[in-house]
Amino acid sequence: MTNQTTNSTGQVHHIRRMTVIWIILSIVADVLYSIFVAAHIPPGRLTETAAKDQTDFNILIEMAIPVLLGVWIYLSYSLYVWGDKRNPNEAFSGDAARGNTKVQASWIVITTVTVLFLAGFGTWALVVDHGSGGGQGPNPAFAPAGALKAETAALLGRATWSPGSTNVLPVQVIGQQWKFTYRYPTFGGFESSQLMVPANTTIAFNVTSLDVIHSFWAYQLGVKADANPQVNDVAFTTTKDPGTFIVRCSELCGIWHGSMYNNGAVLSQTAFENWATTTEAANAANTALLPAFAWTYVPDANGASGGYYPDGTLTPYSPSEVYGAKQPS
Amino acid sequence: MSLTGRLSTAVGLFLVAVALIAWSLMAFLRPGTDGGYTDYTAGHVAGAPVNVTMQSVGQIGSGAHPTWVSYLQKNPTTGQWIHDTSMTLPADTVIHMTIVQYDSGGPLRNQVWGQVTGTIGNDATVNGKTYRVYDSNTGNGIGHTFAVPGLDVSVPLIAVSGQATNICSAAPCGASSAHNTITFSFRTGAPGSYNWQCFVPCGLGYLYGNGGPMSTINYMGGFLKVVA
Amino acid sequence: MTISEERSTEVSGASSGHPHESRGLSWTQRPGILSQNVITALVFAVIGYVIGHWFGNYLSSGYTYIANSGQNSISNTLALAFGVLGWLGGIGALNYPVAKLFGVDGLEEESPVDNWTKYFRYSLDHKVVGLQYVVGVLLFMFTGGLLAMAVRAELLNPTTHLFSPDTYIKIVSEHGTIMMMMATSIIVGPLGNYFVPLMIGARRMAFPRIEALSFWIFTAGYMVIFSALPYGGFPTGWTGYAPLQTQSGPGMVSYLLGFAVIGLGMILAGFNQAVTIINYRAPGMTWSRVPIFVWSILATASLLTLATPVLFAGGLFGLLDKTVQTTFYVTEHGGSSYLWQNLFWFFGHPEVYIMALPGFGIAGEILPVFTRRPLFAYKVAAAGMIGVALLSFFVWQHHLFQSGINPDMRPLFMLTTELISIPTGFIFLVGMGTLYRAKIRLEIPMLFVLALFFNFLIGGVTGVFLSDVPVNVTVHGGFFVLSHFHYTIMGGLLFAFMAGLYYWLPKMTGKMMNKKIGKIHFWMMFVFFNLTFFPMFIIGLLGQPRRVFTYASNLQGLNDFSSVSAFILGLSFLVFFYNLVWSMWIKPEIAPPNPWESLGLEWQTASPVPAYNFERIPVIMTDPYRYSEPGAPDYADLGTSEPSAPSKHSLA
Repeated sequence: MTNQTTNSTGQVHHIRRMTVIWIILSIVADVLYSIFVAAHIPPGRLTETAAKDQTDFNILIEMAIPVLLGVWIYLSYSLYVWGDKRNPNEAFSGDAARGNTKVQASWIVITTVTVLFLAGFGTWALVVDHGSGGGQGPNPAFAPAGALKAETAALLGRATWSPGSTNVLPVQVIGQQWKFTYRYPTFGGFESSQLMVPANTTIAFNVTSLDVIHSFWAYQLGVKADANPQVNDVAFTTTKDPGTFIVRCSELCGIWHGSMYNNGAVLSQTAFENWATTTEAANAANTALLPAFAWTYVPDANGASGGYYPDGTLTPYSPSEVYGAKQPS
Repeated sequence: MSLTGRLSTAVGLFLVAVALIAWSLMAFLRPGTDGGYTDYTAGHVAGAPVNVTMQSVGQIGSGAHPTWVSYLQKNPTTGQWIHDTSMTLPADTVIHMTIVQYDSGGPLRNQVWGQVTGTIGNDATVNGKTYRVYDSNTGNGIGHTFAVPGLDVSVPLIAVSGQATNICSAAPCGASSAHNTITFSFRTGAPGSYNWQCFVPCGLGYLYGNGGPMSTINYMGGFLKVVA
Repeated sequence: MTISEERSTEVSGASSGHPHESRGLSWTQRPGILSQNVITALVFAVIGYVIGHWFGNYLSSGYTYIANSGQNSISNTLALAFGVLGWLGGIGALNYPVAKLFGVDGLEEESPVDNWTKYFRYSLDHKVVGLQYVVGVLLFMFTGGLLAMAVRAELLNPTTHLFSPDTYIKIVSEHGTIMMMMATSIIVGPLGNYFVPLMIGARRMAFPRIEALSFWIFTAGYMVIFSALPYGGFPTGWTGYAPLQTQSGPGMVSYLLGFAVIGLGMILAGFNQAVTIINYRAPGMTWSRVPIFVWSILATASLLTLATPVLFAGGLFGLLDKTVQTTFYVTEHGGSSYLWQNLFWFFGHPEVYIMALPGFGIAGEILPVFTRRPLFAYKVAAAGMIGVALLSFFVWQHHLFQSGINPDMRPLFMLTTELISIPTGFIFLVGMGTLYRAKIRLEIPMLFVLALFFNFLIGGVTGVFLSDVPVNVTVHGGFFVLSHFHYTIMGGLLFAFMAGLYYWLPKMTGKMMNKKIGKIHFWMMFVFFNLTFFPMFIIGLLGQPRRVFTYASNLQGLNDFSSVSAFILGLSFLVFFYNLVWSMWIKPEIAPPNPWESLGLEWQTASPVPAYNFERIPVIMTDPYRYSEPGAPDYADLGTSEPSAPSKHSLA
């Protein structure tokens, strides 16, 4: 194929040239990305959901790279070839074609197919891979096996977990201005400001708030769930090896939002049981004063001594048992 | 008016408006903490404990928000009570904290703050009596807490009776007002900036009690700047 | 009906309804001191404010929760509301409606003055309103920009704080809110008001009084949202989530009332534009002959009209929660913390397209001029804009993917969100198609349009990441989102606004913007925009949530890089202001009547544009953008012997 072409064949020529550049660069960029970058993409692979979120992100990037390169190559090519610096001849004027049915139709088909594929893929990842670690509200649509049983047992005070068991471990996350605290119904319902979870275990985070909206973001676990008052927002993840992670609040909740974070750890199963039983014993005196474990709590909205709403009927920090339609009677 | 005159007027007015905006932004958005950091490191001998004295009052009684609750701290050199809640502390040092609590209280929003954590021995004393856990639904309840989330320190400050006739109404409060003296010790960790706050929703007139003084620095929260 | 018949009816119809026609007694006989302008407006506003404040204090005295809180939202609300009324009354916006209400004939606005003071009055001339809006949005932008500098300054160091955490959040919130309010009007206001009538061959907007009212409401909204600062600010960010909103101090009133006031202006501006475009097109301008910018304004106008009422209502609910203790958003008392999120984003997502579509329109309008090509796939472009406008009502819950509100519906909202990238992609088809085999002139407006395509591509692609629920877990609520929407709004809309200003200022003022300074401005803005916001994608992926005053120390390098770039980005706006002052005032260079050799109708009328825009209503003869077509008919028959503008260029 020669470089000198007429108008009609020139069209083919430009497009082909751009396509060749595009394919080569896309392959190179995608390969380089998957070799050097993909494994380091957050949130890492500390849990199953984190690993799957990372894979999904990488698939999207591998698809986005050709899209970005396509447009950038086209723009640069056009500016170079059809820019006025290269064509100072005043008589030269643009092509008068006002459209091209073939081009338009194929563009629409290609973008539609891509978009539908993405939506399908996202839905598959969400439905088949169980929930992606996001908050699913009080009636989780995509719950792992055994979750409902464990959650129900937790509410009834019968939840059990010990090293080697395959039980789902419910952990309650209570957001309040400006700290997360964590309740472990499996261990007498103690409440602590430390978050420890055992390795190789499916965790059900039950996230709620005592005041404004917070968002529980266990970064390396690949878990994020908003904490709404009187809502039990459930998120699941399955831990793998021991490691540490950070929890941050990712919904603006007031003055100390920026410092509403704490470190957590995935411990080996025996270390976790050890920590949990020790803390249960150490906190026993205060645990006895806490309200019975429930999915949501209604603290006294009036504050310490009278407040915004003149309502004396609310008892302080009273539990309300709400777990939606799926709760057994 | 000529074109130039017209445009110069427009541009001039535009610049005046711009200057006004810039000035107001600077005026309203004061940087930093009002009183700055109170320094507890001057002349500090490594290893020696540091004494910090604070008081918590039901209403500050003066300033822009006289009805708001507040903490105050005692300047370590002059002995004056200052309305400022941020301090510079030496790293890895035992801090002997004395908080004189002048406020009444009630039940906690979350009883988890009724437990003393993070202090040396995981306990505190109120008027000389040691306690580890306080049931906020009993007695006078909890007035405030002193909590440093970054150091896992949390100490409930037991309230004075709301029926007392000598409740302090304007800071700084003295010994003649009803009060509880709470003491505890904790160790500052590695250098860094730690925030501390109260976990009792004591911002009266605000939803959940966490607006107003709870959301404004130098009232119910501040920073501990720990330096090496 | 033949064209000539249409034309004659249109001409008579337009002239009979002309707003400047004097009816009965005019107020021009009043002594100058009583004439109404921005100063009387300020005086009335202050009077209204004082009355409202007193009234609020009177009504609310004796309520313990107000006494306890030490702050009174009721008096602040009434003060601001009465202040806004005073402002509108003082400028003269209420004269005509009030006179009509009482059946008084002849008590109407002052006759138009034709000197510089008209820019400080309640003017019914869409060109004056357009220029008023230019100054208005620039002031808005300057305020928000300064706040952005403050935000980036605080984030220079994770532990040493320039501002206290409460002040910092208030800066962030004020920055976000001011910028969002500004962005709703940045193109529809200045360029829409000025050029839509010119581009459709009309002599005025359909409702000139409402047009002027929308501008003066916009300025009132600016003052209301600015008043948040002296009231102590508000800590909720521009999203204003309840119940944090309900908990906040009186600065929140400025946010809620400010959005309600601005919202009212947006609704008015929206339906005015829609009615004008639908009914005031020149004869011969069928829907396939409407300039693409006008299409984009029509799509935007439909969003403004239909989405904003939800915000308006939501804001009023919030005000009621704050003042008279209704509990729309307070869960414990029967409300719902989800309600505000739903209402806000039901408005908020169409809102982000309110802030994208006009940019697409400007890109489509400018590309053919500087490529000398017809707009590629014109109908696809128009369809894309309408498609985006329609779909934008069905995606709002993607902001709530992690909120637990309705997990079963996440696949649906993932689908609708990703579907919206199809019509958005049309804009890229149109842009790229137009470049093909073109004669590209890299003038300043063209550079900004090309930058828009570059930036919006990144913004759009990252939007797909956000719409994917599994990836959303990591990127929701972090700097990734922040960077994404700055790429679409700032990288798209603001670059389009700059393109529009450089392109149309010669028509509006008769003077060219300096090309050399313009190039410096462009490259500074483009390069440092990307250097500011691209690192934020990485910062977000590495786990930094939005609106935090402190962050992990290992992110300091990236944050500092972003901050320093942001300061230079801020400087680039000073270069723009310098160019504006230089080119318009210090060393003005007279613009030729049609400096870019555009075929657009707005360039065919006289320069400066006469009071009634067109000597005779033009007749549209053919499709727009017939560039490089020798022998193509003129776009419009202006009905004058000399179709082009007079050469002398003076506004006097």
